Formats: sequence, C-alpha cells, structure tokens
Amino acid sequence: MTITLIFLACIMATIIFWLLRQTFNVQPWVSDSVADAVSGNSLNTKPQTIALTTFLAVATSLFALFASAYTLRMNMPDWRPMNEPMILWVNTGFLVFASFAYQWSRWSVGKLDAEQHKVSIGLGVAGLFSLLFLIGQLTAWQQLNENGMYVSTNPSISFFYVLTALHGLHLLGGLYVWARSVIRVFKGTDIKSIRLSVELCAVYWHFMLLVWVLLFGLMIAT
Amino acid sequence: MTYVAIADRDHEQDHHDPDTFLTKYVWSQDHKVIAIQYGGIAIFVGLIALVLSLLMRLQLGFPNSFEIINPESYYQFVTMHGMIMVIYLLTALFLGGFGNYLIPLMCGSRDMVFPFLNMLSVWVYLLSVLILLASFFVPGGTTGAGWTLYPPQSIAPGSPGVDLGILLMLGSLGVFIVAFTMGGLNYVTTVLQARCKGMTLMRLPLSVWGIFMATVLGLLAFPALLVSAVMMILDKTLLTSFFMPAMISAGENLSYNDGSPILFQHLFWFFGHPEVYIVALPAFGIVSDVLATHARKNIFGYRMMVWAILAIGGLSFIVWAHHMYVSGMNPYFGFFFATTTLIIAVPTALKVYNWVLTLWQGNIHLRVPMLFAIGFIFTFIHGGLTGLFLGNVTIDLPLSDTYFVVAHFHMVMGVSPVLVVFAAIYHWFPLMSGKMFNETLGKWHFWITFLGAYSVYLPMHYLGFQGVPRRYFSMGSTDFLPESAQMLNVSITISAFILAAAQLIFLYNIFTSLRKGKKAKPNCWGATSLEWLAPDLPPKHGNWGHHLPEVHRWAYDYSVPGQEQDFTPQTVPASEVPVGREHGVEHD
Repeated sequence: MTITLIFLACIMATIIFWLLRQTFNVQPWVSDSVADAVSGNSLNTKPQTIALTTFLAVATSLFALFASAYTLRMNMPDWRPMNEPMILWVNTGFLVFASFAYQWSRWSVGKLDAEQHKVSIGLGVAGLFSLLFLIGQLTAWQQLNENGMYVSTNPSISFFYVLTALHGLHLLGGLYVWARSVIRVFKGTDIKSIRLSVELCAVYWHFMLLVWVLLFGLMIAT
Repeated sequence: MTYVAIADRDHEQDHHDPDTFLTKYVWSQDHKVIAIQYGGIAIFVGLIALVLSLLMRLQLGFPNSFEIINPESYYQFVTMHGMIMVIYLLTALFLGGFGNYLIPLMCGSRDMVFPFLNMLSVWVYLLSVLILLASFFVPGGTTGAGWTLYPPQSIAPGSPGVDLGILLMLGSLGVFIVAFTMGGLNYVTTVLQARCKGMTLMRLPLSVWGIFMATVLGLLAFPALLVSAVMMILDKTLLTSFFMPAMISAGENLSYNDGSPILFQHLFWFFGHPEVYIVALPAFGIVSDVLATHARKNIFGYRMMVWAILAIGGLSFIVWAHHMYVSGMNPYFGFFFATTTLIIAVPTALKVYNWVLTLWQGNIHLRVPMLFAIGFIFTFIHGGLTGLFLGNVTIDLPLSDTYFVVAHFHMVMGVSPVLVVFAAIYHWFPLMSGKMFNETLGKWHFWITFLGAYSVYLPMHYLGFQGVPRRYFSMGSTDFLPESAQMLNVSITISAFILAAAQLIFLYNIFTSLRKGKKAKPNCWGATSLEWLAPDLPPKHGNWGHHLPEVHRWAYDYSVPGQEQDFTPQTVPASEVPVGREHGVEHD
C-alpha cells in the first residue's frame, strides 16, 4: 500500500495546505469589507477544469490502488513474471503521438487567430493514434491468448489484462469527448467553442500517457 | 480578465427551467428535487435494512422460533443490513440528500455547477439500489458473506448467495461508486467555484465544510472499493486468483492458487475506514449548525472546527489497519496504526468539547432538532470512548468479533449519524416543505429513539465483555456464558422492536405534516445562514429570484451583544445591523 499512501499523502497534503492557507489568520467573526467584495470562486479557473482535476485525482487513486495491489500480490509464491508482448512498445509510441497531437491542437486552438484546419488535423491525428493504441492493446491481448496466457493463468497476466482494460476504458471515455469535438468541427461550429474541450482533453491525454508509462514500467520491471 | 464568479453570472447561466411534470419532478435537474429523490430512495432502502435487523434480532432474542430465519438467511440479513445502512442509506443521504440540498443554498448559488451530471447521479444511484434489491430475488438469494465481503467465503462454495448474489452486490457497489463520483465532482466544484459574492471559505457554515471534506474523502477512498470489487468479480467469474487462496471444497480442489485474502482486507478497509468519516463529517457539520441555531450562540471555536474537519479527513487515510489487528501484522505496524487511531481522537474530542462549549450559557431552545443534536453528543461520546478501547491492539484482540464491537460501531456510526439525520430533517423540514411538523410527536419520537437506542446497544457492551461472539446464528449451550446473557438478548430484541416502532411516529409525523401541517413562517428558527434567506418558502427553482444574495458576515452571528435581534443573517451589512436593547432569554 506504500504507493497509494505516498500518493494520497501528497494529495491530502496539497488539499489541506491549500485550505489551511485560506483559513489561517482569518477571523470570520470580524466584519471585513475586503471579504465582502470577494467573488465566490476560490480558484481563477473554469469549473470544468476543477472537475477534470478532481476526476484525475480519483482516477490516479484508482490506478495507484491497483499498483499497490500489484506489488502486494507479486510477493506471493505463485507469481511468475510475464513476458510482455513487444507490440506494447509500439502501442506506447502511438499514445505518445496521440498526446503530442492533442497538445498541438491545444496550441492551435489557443491562438488568437486559431485556424480551423490546423485544429482539425491535430484532432484527427490524436484520435487516429488513440484508436491505433486501443487496437494495439487488443492485439496484445490476442497474442497472449494465442500463446496460452489466459486471464487466470497467472496473477501477473491477470493484472496485465485488468490494468490494460481499465486504462483502455478510460481512454474510450476520452474518445467520447474527442468525438463530440470532432463532430462540432465538421459541422463548422466556431472553433472557439471547442477550445475548452480541446484544452482539457489534451491534459487528459497526457494523464493517460503518464498512467500508461507508469503501469507499463511497473509491469516490465517485475 | 476579471473572472466572474459562476454564482454571480446571473444572466449567463442556463437555469434549465422545468416546464413539464416530468422535467420538474422526475428528470429534474434542480438540486432540491434531486436531494429529495436521493433522500427518498435512501430512506426507503434504509427501512428495508431496518426490517432485516429486526429479523436478526428475532433470531437472537428467541432462537430457532421462526421458520423463515435459518442460518443462511440470517447471514444474508446481516450482510444486507450492514451494506445498505452504511453505503446506500447513510452515504447517499448525507451527501446525495443533504449535500445536494444544502450546498447551493448555503453557498448562495442557483444550483450545482453541472446540473445534468447531478441528475444522472441520482438515477445511477437508483440503478445501483435496484441491482442490489434484485439480489433478493435471484436463485440463492443475496450474498451472506458479511458486509465486509471477505474472501474466500464470499465467493467459495458453501456461503449463501455465492452465485448471483455476490455478483449483484459487487456490481451494485461499482454502479454506486460511479453515481457517487458524478455527485462528488459537482459538490467539490460547486463549493470551490460557485459561491455568491462575499462568501469566503471561512464564512461557510460548518455543514458545507463537513460535506465538502467528506466528498473529498469519498472521491479518494471509493476507488479502493471499486478495485476490490473488480478483482473479486474476476476471481468469481474468470477464476483469477487475486484474493482466492488454493482451497479444497467438498473434497475437490478449487482452481485457485495463492491469492491473498489479506490483500482484499487492506483494500476494503482502505475504503472502509474513511467511509466512517464520509458518514461522520457531514454529521459533525450539520450538528454544529443545529446546535448553534437552537442555542442562539455562535459555534465555539469555528476555526478549530474547520481545522479539526481537515485533520480528521487527512488522518482517516492512515488508520485503516486497526480493523485488521486480528488478521496478523508486524507488531510495529500495529503500533503505528494504534498510534494514528488514537491521534485521530484529538481533533474529534476537540469537536465534542466545542459542541458542549457552544451549549454552555447558550439560550437553549429544546426544540425537536435540538433534542436530537444533544442526543447525538451523548451517543457520539459513548461510541467514541469505546473506540479508544478498540484502537489499542492489546485490548482489541480479546474484544474483536464480540458484541462489544457491534455496540461500538452502532453507537458511533449508526445511532449518532442517524440522530443527526433526524435533527437535520426536523431542522430543515419547514424550509423543504413550507410546513411545520408536529412538535409533540417529534418529542415522542426523540425520547423513544434516544432511550431505545441505549437500551439496545448499552447491554451489547456487557455481552461483548462476556465474550459473546458477533455474527453467530445461534450460541447453543456454552460454558462461558451465563443464562442472563440470553435474557439480555431478549430485552435487546424487545427494545429494538419498540425503537423501530418509534420510527413509524416519525414517518406519520412527516407525511401528515406535509398534508396538514401548519404553514411555516419564513426563517422560523431565526437562523443566519443563507438557505433560510431565500425569497420563497420552500425555495423555488433558481433559489434566489432575480438577484443573488451578497454575504457580509459568517454564519454564526447569534446573540451578538448590543444588537436588537439575537441573530444577524449573513446578508446584512455591518452598517445595517439594528442596534438596540440587549436581547435576552425571552426569544422564541
């Protein structure tokens, strides 16, 4: 559980430190005209950004707990390290490209003179590489299956299936939002209307890449 | 660019005004309707859990006298009672119910930030409840593995509900977590980003602080339950060995290897202990507000109360293994978890002192919500003190799995939060319905509930000291138990039935008051917080009419010396406070 504890300690410390800063040296029972003028948002950002950040914390907790379970379970005597299919390296490359493409879209859509075709290309490439990543993961499953490495063969393989499935499901959720942006672009909607969506999706894709790299690293290292 | 608070963007907000019956009451995106939907479903499913507990008590009080209660069904009742009460009643009611109702109103917002997601949350919650209830009707019935669902018995042959029952339970939990996450994202974002002008974090009522921190805990802790549910479903369906050890069942080798049941316990309690505070923190917050309002006194040590909520939230993540002392662990770990467990008593005790000091020299009005709030202080101190026993490894070992534990956790996270639920319902009933409840019936309800709860759980402590184990269908004849233990069990069962019957008074009171109750006056308790200052009673869609409120003070300006009234609402600027005679005890 060390991984989860470290992660949670960091998150809780951040939250508590931030909240303490808001509450320290404040005497709410004293009349305060400065406080009267405060607008009621604590952070200078959009609510969607806070919602995404919160969701990323939840998802990180989920993956960290799986990682903790993985490290605890691997100490049992029946654990046999698995040989990860080589295609996973290719898949990792796909996800890196998808992440870069989304970042490029983010830069493009953030410019004052945002050009529709650049954003469209960026989104298209990001989606394409993301789909390739998912297809690649399914191919890895198929290769394992063909080699007789089923989900119940060994706990290391069970974890591989579970973690890749979970990560893939999260990416599919991201692709749902991506598809909504793409539809709006193709309908000719003003490019600025998808700006927030593209910005948040780019963050989400980077997060998905980071999670995958850490999970993949954990699996090949053990 | 100057950022405008979401709550202040009066004209930019889409208020999704409902115009049909369906959009107003069924597929509603209004946080108040969603809150009542959450509350209604939670109380309905909680009543089922209450009936299950009565069936258990029948067996314990009058062993083997009822044909419908056999060992299998007894374990199923135990399991479903525990899970429903903790997750589907208390968590849903405090966060989905009170969280939804109070957050936007107390923050001075028109609604939650993501109303559609909020609506989705309640319907997904209903789905999780339906999946759970479906398990009563499948072959083999519900799971009977105990609410902790420990493997291997939860999925190994021989346990009740080992086929579909356990799968439906795990599936339902997964769906519940999705619903909670949807709601939780809303609560966090709304509290942080949708407060009205002047509503700094430190001017928020403690109810919002409690609900906010509980939501943060839930968002970070529920994934542990999801992880364990997913892995257990795979152990059951695809025969993986995450948790299942190599086993022989009925002479046959099961196809599991060296899975670790202890791993499940770690994951379960990593969620399970913060869950205690997911239920307790909103109760702490709500009871603070009820006490301050009805004692006509500012809450004692507001800042300390906020910091205590933060400290309890942080510490609650590093105490989980105190539930696993008997599972065996490195003695140093035991020492660590015992220490953290005892440390968490510090901020908790601080809150208790502050509640008592709030009452000290207050102008106490013993109305029904206040009675329940004071009752909570008693039961919480009682349950908290027995927690100090169980937090110590050496004392826990002999008491573990006895009725002492049952008594402890029922007092601290059963009776205490439920008393706060009643305090909250009675306190905000006039706001939610526009009607007053019957005060006499409410007092009867309180006294029977309060004394009934003690007559049920106090004797259980003695049973625990005697060594009566929990979870046993029948004790049979044992040398170490005197006959009086069984007499005590009979007494507890009779008390439990009286206690349950008292809840019918509550339901009768609520339903008749909704139809025939006296019309409530606006701000009938003389409260300071924003929810009572809405222009309509009950508040209409959008909460605030044309203009959002502006806040000029904290939520606890009660009995301020030199002011005419004994309360000053949060919206009154310093320059407009009526100054006059000293108020005294004559307020009502």
